[in-house]
Amino acid sequence: MSPGTVAPAVAEAVAALAATVATAATVVPVGSRTHWEVGGPAPAGTEVRAPSGVLEYDPAELTVTVAAGTTVGELDAVLGAAGQQCPLDPRDPAATVGGVLAAGLSGPRRLRYGPLRNRLLEVHLVLADGRTVKGGGRTVKNVSGYDVARLMVGSLGTLGVLVQVTLRCEPRPAASEWRRLDVPAAEVLRRAFRPAAVLTDPTGTTVLLEGFPEDVAAERTRLGPSTGAEAPAWPTGPHRGRISVRPALVDRVLADLAGLGIGALGEGGVGTVHVAAPSAAGLDAARTVAHAAGGWLLREAGPLDGFGTDLPNRALMARIKDALDPTGKCNPGRLPLAPVPVGGPA
Amino acid sequence: MCFPRSTEDVAAAVRVAADHGVPFVARGSGTGLAGGATPLDDAVVVVTTQMNRVLEVDPVERVAWVEPGVLNLDLTRAVQHLGLHYAPDPSSQQACTIGGNVGTNAGGPHCLASGVTSAHVLAVDAVLADGEVARLGGTEPDVPGYDLRGCFVGSEGTMGIAARIAVRLLPDPPVVRTLLCDFGALDDAAATVSGIIAAGIVPAALEMMDAEITRAVEDFVGAGYPRDAAAVLLVEVDGLPDGVAAQVAAIDAVARAHGARSVRVAADEAERALLWKGRKSAFGAIARIAPDYYLHDAVVPRTKLVDVLRRVYEIAAEQRLTMMNVFHAGDGNLHPLIVFDAREPGIWSRVHDAGDEILRTCVAAGGVLSGEHGIGMEKRDAMPLIFTPDDLDLQARLRDAFDPQGLANPDKVLPRGSRCGEVRRVPEGTWV
Ligand SMILES: Cc1cc2nc3c(=O)[nH]c(=O)nc-3n(C[C@H](O)[C@H](O)[C@H](O)COP(=O)(O)OP(=O)(O)OC[C@H]3O[C@@H](n4cnc5c(N)ncnc54)[C@H](O)[C@@H]3O)c2cc1C
Repeated sequence: MSPGTVAPAVAEAVAALAATVATAATVVPVGSRTHWEVGGPAPAGTEVRAPSGVLEYDPAELTVTVAAGTTVGELDAVLGAAGQQCPLDPRDPAATVGGVLAAGLSGPRRLRYGPLRNRLLEVHLVLADGRTVKGGGRTVKNVSGYDVARLMVGSLGTLGVLVQVTLRCEPRPAASEWRRLDVPAAEVLRRAFRPAAVLTDPTGTTVLLEGFPEDVAAERTRLGPSTGAEAPAWPTGPHRGRISVRPALVDRVLADLAGLGIGALGEGGVGTVHVAAPSAAGLDAARTVAHAAGGWLLREAGPLDGFGTDLPNRALMARIKDALDPTGKCNPGRLPLAPVPVGGPA
Repeated sequence: MCFPRSTEDVAAAVRVAADHGVPFVARGSGTGLAGGATPLDDAVVVVTTQMNRVLEVDPVERVAWVEPGVLNLDLTRAVQHLGLHYAPDPSSQQACTIGGNVGTNAGGPHCLASGVTSAHVLAVDAVLADGEVARLGGTEPDVPGYDLRGCFVGSEGTMGIAARIAVRLLPDPPVVRTLLCDFGALDDAAATVSGIIAAGIVPAALEMMDAEITRAVEDFVGAGYPRDAAAVLLVEVDGLPDGVAAQVAAIDAVARAHGARSVRVAADEAERALLWKGRKSAFGAIARIAPDYYLHDAVVPRTKLVDVLRRVYEIAAEQRLTMMNVFHAGDGNLHPLIVFDAREPGIWSRVHDAGDEILRTCVAAGGVLSGEHGIGMEKRDAMPLIFTPDDLDLQARLRDAFDPQGLANPDKVLPRGSRCGEVRRVPEGTWV
């Protein structure tokens, strides 16, 4: 496939999608709906779906190009067959790659493998006016022009429809094991070298060790006896969200949430705290906890408002939105970009 | 030209420029190789060298807040005693600033496993083109809305000036091993690069030096490089002891299977430091060969390294130029280095033609225009080689969103005519 254009295998589907986008009044990109409630409310409008399929994969490059509608499960199976991985790690592997990127939710192994935004090398998207454009490049290293790819991560479909992406992958670790420990997360972070995840829930700390089998064995010894080998359970409930705070504040946030009886799982060294509450009021209380710690809570499920806070640099973000989607037809409302209405709160 | 001492100074300078509709250019140490910090016309140059304080280091969160004029190596020195380091290590790290690194999204040998600057910058307090200060990104893992920090890093001063920067620090690995692989044929060295990656190993660093540069470096530094090698690979692996030992053994095997004449593992820290000193002094070494050099920077898919390198040498031969290659082989980031004497009549046009041809070769192989030096002025007009007019229009709009007046380092990165509807661009098809 020649650089600059989408792969021949999806060219027709992308052209059809672009034609739909060009004429639609409101465009609503849809993946597998596994992240559907993330962010602001979904608008009504013309639904469009990116094509799917692994388009180009040469394990020796450690990169893979997929149509954005490809599910993470399918991608993982292809990479796994070559002993590689791309740790997107959504909760539900039925999620599409494009959906995961648009929602911007990094997986629980972020501590070791970095945030989602570092994965995306090249992106092809259909803009509001129906033009298909490319940002970034397919090589692992690239500073040719602006980092349009990073801009798309977490943009919630408000800047255009992702149709084809190239991701960085890496060797799959030979060994991988969860260990439940009677040691606080901060201590595990001090002792362990590059753990894949250090998670804290009300029952204790769980660490995910990955790497060479001998290294994992050595880490096991260093960290002391384990009381279990299971991954911790994700907090579940109809009202879910994720809190983002400075990593040092995770323990404080967890303690505050426990006091409120809200289920939570904190990512040590990262600063993400996953929460689930039985009611909207409970999730709202979790949001108050997040704000008190200088962070914020992104609604992932339930009727609570998506962000609960003004976007920082909202005017600049609105100009970017305007530059790419002047008529505001792409997923309006998913990001709170509009100014507060006159007469509303200052 | 002004030398601010604080964020407020930077903002004040930019505001004055904005009030008078005069462009401004951010400048760190001026080591950039794409001309990004070179002012055009009568722009105000905002030099950050007086803003050189490490403001705050949090060893638990592993975050440092720095002013933009802090030198790259000084940052690592400032956190060394904590067992931490700042990973991106451009060869110019003794001279270049963190602000300049943010501007160019700089890379270095140790960015192979850990990523270039953008993977290490958490937040930027940026002075935007209207003089407002905005915090882009943050030290919490996610910030609501668009990734403005991601846009800003690598924008070469065209989206504003970084006045304070929060970077991620990494813990020093418990064990580090450096291997020097000596090859009798360049192709064998290049094939070893792919072989190592194919063996499931992503080293911390994987650098290649060809025959001429190896000899030049050895004569200059005396680091113990083989003077008769056709190419050498400098490979570093780090981590926990057993995994490192396993990787050293695997790399040794791959190199020998591809015809390495010898594989030497640095015995101690002193030997390791000397090998790296050799690699990082390459540009000093060539000064002894000819007075001038032109350093290129392009990236190709790793699997195309052998073919592209062969063509790059052919191009040099066709233009009767001395060319050396010392580069980040692990991520396919080529640095063809043309050494010459500018006093030779007609030489510049040959140097130029060779450069153009190298770029086209890399792009034809599926590569990109720059891996770490940026676009600046140097490659601005080559952007249509890899981007369509619509792609460039998108980037131009993005830039305008940051800087509606067009005062931040104008005429860099994007060729004139990038905005659709602007006076005509380079005729379509000319470049492709
Ligand atoms: C011998 C040699 C070896 C080199 N090796 C490498 C290498 O291995 N890897 C690599 O990546 N580069 C390398 N470089 C290139 C150069 O050192 C880098 O691009 C470096 O990041 C530039 O830093 P600087 O402080 O000199 O920035 P400058 O040259 O002053 O500026 C570079 C660009 O960044 C912008 N800028 C500067 N400060 C700011 C700021 N505060 N906010 C926003 N924008 C800003 C400028 O406007 C300009 O566009 C090398 C250069 C030399 C001479």
